This record gives sequence, structure tokens and C-alpha cells, in this order.
Amino acid sequence: MDPISTLITVAVSILAALLALFAASQAHDSIFFIHMLVFALAFGLMALTLVRKCNFAGGDGRSVAAEDTYCDTIVRYGVIAIAFWGVVGFAVGVLIAFQLAFPNLNFDLPWTNFGRLRPLHTSAVIFAFGGNALIATSFYIVQRTCRVRLSLEPLAWFVFWGYQLFIVLAATGYVLGATQGKEYAEPEWYVDLWLTVVWVAYLLVFLVTLMRRKEPHIYVANWFLLAFIVTVALLHVVNGLAVPVSLYSSTSYAAFSGVQSALVQWWYAHNAVGFFLTAGFLGMMYYFIPKQANRPVYSYRLSIVHFWAIIFLYMWAGPHHLHYTALPDWAQTLGMVFSVMLWMPSWGGMINGLMTLSGAWDKLRTDPILRFFVASVAFYGMATFEGPLMSIKAVNGLSHYTDWTIGHVHSGALGWNALITFGALYFLTPKLWGAKQMYSNRLINWHFWIAMLGICIYAASMWVSGITQGLMWREYNAEGFLVYSFAETVLILHPFYVLRAVGGLLFLFGALLMVYNMWKTIRGEREVDQPISQVITVGA
Amino acid sequence: MFSHKILERNSSLLLVVSLLVVSVGGIVEIAPLFYLENTIEKVKGVRPYSPLELMGYNIYKREGCNLCHSQMIRPFRDEVERYGHYSLAAESMYDHPFMWGSKRTGPDLARVGGRYSDEWHREHLIKPTNLVPESIMPGYPFLMKPLKVHDIAAHLKANKLVGVPYTDEQIKNAKTDLYAQADPESDGAEDVAARYPKAQVRAFDGDPETLTEMDAVIAYLQVLGTMVDFSTYDAKANLR
Repeated sequence: MDPISTLITVAVSILAALLALFAASQAHDSIFFIHMLVFALAFGLMALTLVRKCNFAGGDGRSVAAEDTYCDTIVRYGVIAIAFWGVVGFAVGVLIAFQLAFPNLNFDLPWTNFGRLRPLHTSAVIFAFGGNALIATSFYIVQRTCRVRLSLEPLAWFVFWGYQLFIVLAATGYVLGATQGKEYAEPEWYVDLWLTVVWVAYLLVFLVTLMRRKEPHIYVANWFLLAFIVTVALLHVVNGLAVPVSLYSSTSYAAFSGVQSALVQWWYAHNAVGFFLTAGFLGMMYYFIPKQANRPVYSYRLSIVHFWAIIFLYMWAGPHHLHYTALPDWAQTLGMVFSVMLWMPSWGGMINGLMTLSGAWDKLRTDPILRFFVASVAFYGMATFEGPLMSIKAVNGLSHYTDWTIGHVHSGALGWNALITFGALYFLTPKLWGAKQMYSNRLINWHFWIAMLGICIYAASMWVSGITQGLMWREYNAEGFLVYSFAETVLILHPFYVLRAVGGLLFLFGALLMVYNMWKTIRGEREVDQPISQVITVGA
Repeated sequence: MFSHKILERNSSLLLVVSLLVVSVGGIVEIAPLFYLENTIEKVKGVRPYSPLELMGYNIYKREGCNLCHSQMIRPFRDEVERYGHYSLAAESMYDHPFMWGSKRTGPDLARVGGRYSDEWHREHLIKPTNLVPESIMPGYPFLMKPLKVHDIAAHLKANKLVGVPYTDEQIKNAKTDLYAQADPESDGAEDVAARYPKAQVRAFDGDPETLTEMDAVIAYLQVLGTMVDFSTYDAKANLR
């Protein structure tokens, strides 16, 4: 940035810091007080960094020339953020899984009970781990596929740090007890407003980079990423509408109530899955799979058809979270029909991803990174078959309110989102830090199989516990009485809850292996491979 | 003729068309809920929460109770037998936002009001396994601390702004009502019941001296599902 715009930005951030300090002095409650201090600190740091980075001697050519064609420093920061938040999110997940098996682990304290840690887990994995994965990879992908350097670079840095600030505010808020009470949309009103600002900046950076591209065509990965960014903005703004108790209070009341708030919320939450965890990640798939397999995307026509079909149909599927509730029947039926239709474009994406490996399937034997990508798409296919199945009212009558839903979510989140992100991290780390390849292929292999085992244990135990509990709730004896009390159906789930926690623990352990591998790669080390060829040539 | 190439070569157009395509579903499904008259059933008895119940609702939300307890009984034989009459949209029309939940790690609470004594709730919230040995619910002993509200009238006003029909009188007396509902000996006790029909006025946590978070939570739990008189509810007239 040139000195003048730096000075303006510094002035604005100092003003913002002062405003935050003023708000803190007026705070109605301790959470608002703490959060305003965090804001003040963040804006103060921003001003300080801007002053230190600016070259007031004139000319900003030096800082740009320091890096090559693409801006990759921000992606490097992103890669570290992904790994960090991933481990945090998985670890909290493991903790709350153990809490369900051994409730003493709640410690009877406000800050450690399941009800406050569960949003911490979901937000850490979806928004911190997944969100950073999307932001970092989209910045990487859009530069390569447009053959142009990232536009509005200072704004891109604002997006990165602003997003981390959002995560910190959201996470501390949950633990201290600030929540809007809507799943995956828990952050309070002022955190929501902050995220809106950051997200609009993200859209601008991405869109302007696209506009300045040197390729005549916009590559398919960017269609998905663009649709993801703009739709998440729409969902977030509508679902976040709320009236705060006061401008200095951390409590608010949602604009909508009862049945309307239920449908708006599940329209939002289902499309947090559909756009955050699907469209955005499909964008990753369309870049990383062809690159790693060194093959072009299987079908151009299929990518057009399934792109438009998926973004259109997903937005109708929300009501399947509200089957047999007080939501009017017509809306439930509409939601069910569109959810079943959604199966087709979802599998269109899976087919396009998997068939890209045509003629390169042999690489699966030797390339453990490609294995992560392929397994993730396979899980995507499984989860997007299970989803429509569970949205059928008759099935949902059994599965809703049970652990089956939790199992479904995790086969998607661990199988699809996390595996593709791990693949992307293994792809990016050596490239970004100038290494030829990862420190150890053997560790990548171990990570793959440990994660796979963890997912299978997790999903299988949740299927069994979900269906068991669902059937027990509706079990009648010959005399026409309900057989089981609710407490009995809780007791029987204990072994499955222990198993689930073990599955999660394995998954966390795999991620730690990855972090170690990344650390070694970044430090420029390389493991000496043990040749295993002598062992397998016996049969030849 | 239209060619997809036009969209592929123009990023702003791609953005606008995507935004239009994703908007359709929400508009068709959500917008009618705001104007179709049969979306919310015609029932008598549902009233806005009293100040103490509203604080209980906030604590319920704060502790994430809705993550393990639903408040939505589906019209199935087993659920109606286990929990009571299936839930109506009207019963949550003043919940900003809804607390229907999506998971039953614990039982449904839509009609828990009046099912257990205040004392049972207090003991159960402090140490669930003392009363239900199989329970995996966390303990909430920390609810036995004084209820801190900066400005209760502001809470009612914010609710009024989003459509809850609180009267000026209710807003004006919010603070006295808040304390009076947990102290049956106080002067305002009778007024609370007058302003909020069927409101229960008791020392919910057993101690009329201090107003605690426990008072608020139990007052909220005890009113859940009790507002509608189902002996006069016409299910056929409200088919949707």
C-alpha cells in the first residue's frame, strides 16, 4: 500500500479501536466487555502492523518484487491456520464424545459442559478448519487458474486476520455463554456483523481477481468457489437478522420466531452444508484432483449440468430437517422431493471427480496423496446417497433425533471435507515451502489408514446406536404399552459412545501425524525411504 | 442463441446469475410462511413469556440445552404417549428463535411443564444422576447463583420490536414482575398472575430471598407446553 492509503487505514483502525474501548466502558455484561477489548486490541495491532510494513520512503515496488508472480505468503499462513484449527476442532470433538460416554468429564462447570463445548467443536471444525481451508485454497486456486496475482492484496490479508478474529470471538463467546441458540449460527449479533464485513471483503478479493484474469475462460473450480462465497453471504445475512437487547449487550433476539425461524434456520444450516461444505469443497476437488492425477477433468458438459443443478436444488432441501414437526406439510413434502432430486447432481460431481482418474488409476498404488482425494470423493458419494435417503419422511421418522444423523454428518465431514483438506495440505505444503515432496510418504500412508479406520468406527457405531435408539423409542409390547423408558434407551448406548470416542481419537491421532510431517517438511527435512520392493517381488 | 460460454467469460454475470438461481428455493418455501394464514394454528392461551420465564429461556439457550433436548413432539403414537399432545406451531410463536432442537440425547421437553416438582428439577439440575442414575446429562450446580439482569425492560422491548405483543404495562413493570414471580409473599405476586395468565408464582428454587438463575430456568421449564388448553383445541380446523 502507498503511504497515503496506509495513513488513512491506520487512522480508521485507531478510530475503530477507540470506539471498541468506548463500547467496552458501556458494556452491560462481562462477555461484551471482554469482546470489545479483543476488538480494540485487534484494531490496535492492525494499525501497528500497517505502520511497520509501510515503506514511507516512497515506492512500493520492493515489497511486490520480493515475491514471484503469485501471492503465496497468505496461502502459507492459511495452511498453518488450517492445521492448527483442525487439531483444535478434532480435540474438542474427542473431548465431548468422551463426555457423552463419561458425563463426569463435564466437571459441573459452566465453561466445560457439553452444551457450551458442542458449538465450539462444530464451529471449530466447520468454520475454523473448513473455512480456512476454503479461504486459503481459493486464494491459491484462483491465482493459478486465472494466471494472475491476487488482487487487492492488503484486503486479502484483512480477510485472513479478520476471519481468525471472528473465530476467536465466536469460540470465546460460546465458552463464556454467548450464543444465539441456532445450530452452526451461534455467534452473537456483533460477531455476525464482523463476519459480514470480512465476508464481503473476501467476495471482493475473489471477484476482482477473477475479473483481472489472463485466461479467457473462468475455470470450473472458480464457479463453485464464487457461488459458495456469494450464497454464504446471503444465508448468513438473512439467518443472522436479530435485534440486540442494547448496543452494549451481548444478548439478542432473533428477528423470526417459531416455525418461521425454524425454516429460515434450516434453510441456512442445510446450505451451510450445501455451499460451505459442498460447493466450496467441490471447487477444491476440481483443482486438486486433476493436478494430482495429471489428467483433465472427465466431462466439461457434466460439470456445467451438475453445477447449476446443485446450486439450484440445494437451496430447497432445508425442510427435511423439520419432518413431522409443526412446519406445514406442503413445505416438508417440497423439501423431501428436492432432497431426493439432489442425489443426482451430487453424484454428477462424484462421477466427474472419480472419472478424472481414467487411465491414471494405477497412481493410487503409489501416490498416497491421490488416495486422500479419491477416498474423499468416495465418501462424498456415500454421504450424498445417505442424505437423500434420510430425507424421505418414512426413514426420517426413525432417524431424526437419533445418532444416525450424527453418523451421517461425520461420514461427510470426516470422510469428504477433512480427507480432501488433508490431501490439499499434503499437496500444498511442499510446493509453498519449496520442498520437492513431503518429509515422509510413509507417514502420509499411516495417516490415511488411521483416519480411515477412525471414520469407519465412528460412522458404524453411530448407525448402530441411532437405529437401536430409534427402534427402542417406538417399541410396543403385546399389551400395547411402550416397552422402554427414555433412561433405558440412554443406558444401552454407552458402548457405542465409547467406540465413537475411540474412532474420533484415531482421527485426531492421524491429524497429529500430519502436523508432524508438515513441520518436518517446512523445516526442509526428508525421510530416507525404506525400499519395500524386495518384500513384494516374492510372488513375481 | 444462449451459450454457456457467455457465463464462463464474464465473472460478474456468473455472480448475478448464480445469486438468482440460489434465491428461488428460499423465496418459494420461506416467504409463504409469513403470509399463509394457516401456518400458525388458531389456539387460545399462548401468551408471551413472563420476565422470569424469558430469563429462563435465555439460560436454556445459553447452556445449549436445545442441543440435547428437543421441544417438538411429532404426531406419532409413541411420541404422543411418551410426551403428550403433538406440538403446535402456535406454541413456539413467541420463541425468538425457536427451541425445537434436532437431537434427543435426552428426552423431549416440549411438555415438561407440570410433570415434575420444582424440587425435583432443582435436585436434577444440580446432580442429574442422583435422580436418574442412567443419565449422561452434565450437572448445573452453578445455576444456584443470583440472576444478573442489566435491564429486564430492554429485553421485553427488544422482543416487542421483533413482534412479541408485550404491552406497555408489562414493559413498565418488568423488573417488579421479575422478582415477584419467585417470591409469592411479595406485594407484586398477584399482579404477575394478572399480567401473565396462568403464570406460576412460587419460590422455584426453594428460597424466596434471592432470585437465582435456578428460579428462572425452573419457571421456564414449568411453563413449557402448558399454555394451550387441548380440551378446546380443534385439530380438524387447523389441518395444513
